[in-house]
Amino acid sequence: MLGLLNRIILTILISIITTLSFADEQHSHGTNTNYLNTDWSFKGIFGTFDRASLQRGYQVYQEVCAGCHSVQHLSYRNLSEKGGPEFSVEEAKAIASQFEVEDGPNSDGEMFMRPARLSDKFAKSFPNVEAATAANGGAYPPDMSVLAKARAGGADYIYSLLLGYDDPPQGFELDDGVYYNKYMAGNKIKMSAPLMEGIVDYSDGTEATVEQMSKDVTTFLVWAAEPHLEAQHRMGFKAILYLIILLTLVYMSKQKVWSRFGSKEEPKEETFDKVEKVVTEYEGEDPKTFK
Amino acid sequence: MSENKYIPKTKLAKWFDSRLPLLSLSHHLKEYPTPKNLNYWWTFGGILTFCLITQIVTGVILGMHYVAHTDHAFESIEHIMRDVNYGWLLRYVHANGASMFFLAVYIHIFRGLFYGSYKAPREVIWIIGVIIYLLMMATAFMGYVLPWGQMSFWGATVITNLFSAIPLVGESITTWLWGGYAVDNPTLTRFYALHYLLPFLIFGLIILHIWALHVPGNNNPTGIDVKKNSNETMPFHPYMVMKDITALLVFIIIFFWFVFFAPNALGHPDNYIEANPLVTPTHIVPEWYLLPFYAILRAIPSKLGGVIFMFAAIFVLVLLPWLDTSKVRSSTFRPLYKKFFWVLVATVILLGYLGAKPPEGIYLVLSRIATAYYFIHFLILLPVLGRYEKTDPLPMSISDPVLDKPGLIDKFKKAAGQYEGENVGSFK
Repeated sequence: MLGLLNRIILTILISIITTLSFADEQHSHGTNTNYLNTDWSFKGIFGTFDRASLQRGYQVYQEVCAGCHSVQHLSYRNLSEKGGPEFSVEEAKAIASQFEVEDGPNSDGEMFMRPARLSDKFAKSFPNVEAATAANGGAYPPDMSVLAKARAGGADYIYSLLLGYDDPPQGFELDDGVYYNKYMAGNKIKMSAPLMEGIVDYSDGTEATVEQMSKDVTTFLVWAAEPHLEAQHRMGFKAILYLIILLTLVYMSKQKVWSRFGSKEEPKEETFDKVEKVVTEYEGEDPKTFK
Repeated sequence: MSENKYIPKTKLAKWFDSRLPLLSLSHHLKEYPTPKNLNYWWTFGGILTFCLITQIVTGVILGMHYVAHTDHAFESIEHIMRDVNYGWLLRYVHANGASMFFLAVYIHIFRGLFYGSYKAPREVIWIIGVIIYLLMMATAFMGYVLPWGQMSFWGATVITNLFSAIPLVGESITTWLWGGYAVDNPTLTRFYALHYLLPFLIFGLIILHIWALHVPGNNNPTGIDVKKNSNETMPFHPYMVMKDITALLVFIIIFFWFVFFAPNALGHPDNYIEANPLVTPTHIVPEWYLLPFYAILRAIPSKLGGVIFMFAAIFVLVLLPWLDTSKVRSSTFRPLYKKFFWVLVATVILLGYLGAKPPEGIYLVLSRIATAYYFIHFLILLPVLGRYEKTDPLPMSISDPVLDKPGLIDKFKKAAGQYEGENVGSFK
């Protein structure tokens, strides 16, 4: 009875799992989620950002992306903060002063423009979402502050998308101003391939290949989305190490305390002896003869 | 309770305790007799209390920095994540804390189901527990709306819209819930107020839950009543306290692994996109812990039917103590129920999986079968099993269940038979 029930349950379970894995395969058809693999230095328990890559990434962002994409939650001071690109304070001030931000009202009640300071948020290319949408053929270039967290696949997705531009397969219809991308949902994207060889001039001598720029700007965006990532990893490691030590001590104390009461269950061997005795009583034999 | 009474040692203690018996209460909590055979599945009550306190403490601090306004909510979350000292830590603890809270509560509930902890005389504990669970879901749902991301907005829209299925008054109720004609600022502010309020109601209910527990005392893995103040029980402190802390630390390690190394693994990426009433996400999905009910909701072809079944799936738990007619509590001694218990666990996990998938094709078919089975389990299997199931013999007490452990003697005889090369039957 129980054996039969077991077999029925097992059969149903296996058939459900098979059906589901088959259905999943069919459903995922269409969008490519096998993102390109890169070794990100920020992944893993001890992951930290590659400082030089972050600085280059900022350069790519500023020279290529910033024309359309804002990062409204970043402040210029973040550029010199620990765990980020770690520009010197002077460098960060110099970067900020290149941008104009609106301030005011002044004593005459007028709004005015002034050079940005460290405390200012990153300047935006468009005053609002509607303006950005109108200027970009009806597609809003998303704010990139938390983009790395707002897309399934995160860094791998952004990196793959930047390298995913390709000629459309035969018979794939594209409207004007729409481009083919292997990793975009539905394979249609309104952003033209933003990066091409040598579009930026890295001051540290790194060759500005499309792969290199994609990697750098993705690193920058991951930091922009998670500026405290390094602190998070450091604290996490310490906290968990501490907890494991504490757990060991607490467990040993618990065992000690419980031993005062007498063990919770009798040891297995004793049980075996008891059963042996019971059976022996049945037989009226010496237990030794069993061995 | 038949435990030893508190005797004040000093005059001051006597004076105070006769006016407010707090000292008696703390004495009771310390000496509360617990069965000595409680296993680690019994540590989740303590873990859940820890979860609630963590949520309240982190939540109150987050509330000092959060702005409940549709124009500023999303931004204020980023402000917390970036500019508030350790704001990222508070928020990740709070967000993952909700998930861990549900993980623990599901283990706690299924432990109750496995060991029959809902049966007489513990029905009231169980029912208070179901109410706590319901309030937890409401609180978590409203909390998920607060960051005002895409899933916040659309999740709120889908769930509040469910009430419009109620005949006649549905539309008015929905408008009343929204505070307008769509999910908007008034909805956000009231959700925030309620999200702040409900945890304190849960806190009160937990006190009742524990109070109700301390009347009959703990169930235990054998499901047999223990003799209080015998060698079958041990005082709560230090024995259970030490065991609870041990389990809690393991739990916190897992919790912290998520907080520090995968803080967004349990959330949906779309919630990092600010709410936009004009753009609907491809798939609107709630948080993982609500998915089984979401699957039930969508499994029923009619909207009203879906809502009824979804709520029925929770309220059927209230009736559980009377639906399960078996006299035996623990499934250790119920060979058939034990199987069906695991099938139920698998069904709920399957429903959770299906809740995350689009309601079409094979997913929908399986949702319907699983939903049907969920109700069959409670409404048909349990009453029938109680009547016809042949349970294993119960031990006399929790102290010596070992000898009577089903199958042990048979196993031994079989092993001995192999040694002798004899027929097992000849031993008898």
